[in-house]
Amino acid sequence: MKNIFIEGAIPPSFIADSIAKHQSKHTIGGHNIFLGQVRADVIDHKTVAAIDFTAYEDMALEQIADIREKAFKTFNLTCMHIYHSLGTVKAGELCFFVFVSAKHSKDVYAATEYLVNIIKKKVPIFGKEIFEDNSHQWKTNIT
Amino acid sequence: MITIKYFGMLAEHTQCNEEQLDFKAVKLSELLEDLNIKYKFNPDSFHVALNRKLVQDSEDITLQLQDEIALLPPFAGG
Repeated sequence: MKNIFIEGAIPPSFIADSIAKHQSKHTIGGHNIFLGQVRADVIDHKTVAAIDFTAYEDMALEQIADIREKAFKTFNLTCMHIYHSLGTVKAGELCFFVFVSAKHSKDVYAATEYLVNIIKKKVPIFGKEIFEDNSHQWKTNIT
Repeated sequence: MITIKYFGMLAEHTQCNEEQLDFKAVKLSELLEDLNIKYKFNPDSFHVALNRKLVQDSEDITLQLQDEIALLPPFAGG
């Protein structure tokens, strides 16, 4: 099963390399990218410094495999790449990278929105928001 | 053996990521009740996965040898 997890923040250079790798695929007409970034939210006067991500990795990878299969069937995609961080990602750093490619733009817009929403909802990834004073709270996605 | 995995705030609460129990042919709902008593969970605060699939109704499920149960707090990916 394809691994999606990257230890720590996703480097912008990794994203640039992913784009470059597609230049040999001449049926692609458009790419769309979603990047999730850690916010320095202020909660009860305390600022989030980082999120520590953990996951039920085996289940997450099974879910992602199902989601990929469904997305390839639903949208006319050429390529799909999904990455998510594990471990500590500081505010301002990237933790989630969805990259889809197709012949036509309408497919990549629709697929990106579908993938981002379903991954937030269905993939067992957990986030501990670490405040600047080292206290923490558990993050919950708004669904 | 039955494996029970805890994640996120639940692992913090139980102070372990995983525990193994001797296999007994019980309903999943009974096992969850035992865990609620042991750890004083709020049963509304998590989902349950059996062998990496989310469970909708634990009443109808009788555990099998080598089942893997996971207690999953709200997801926060993205």
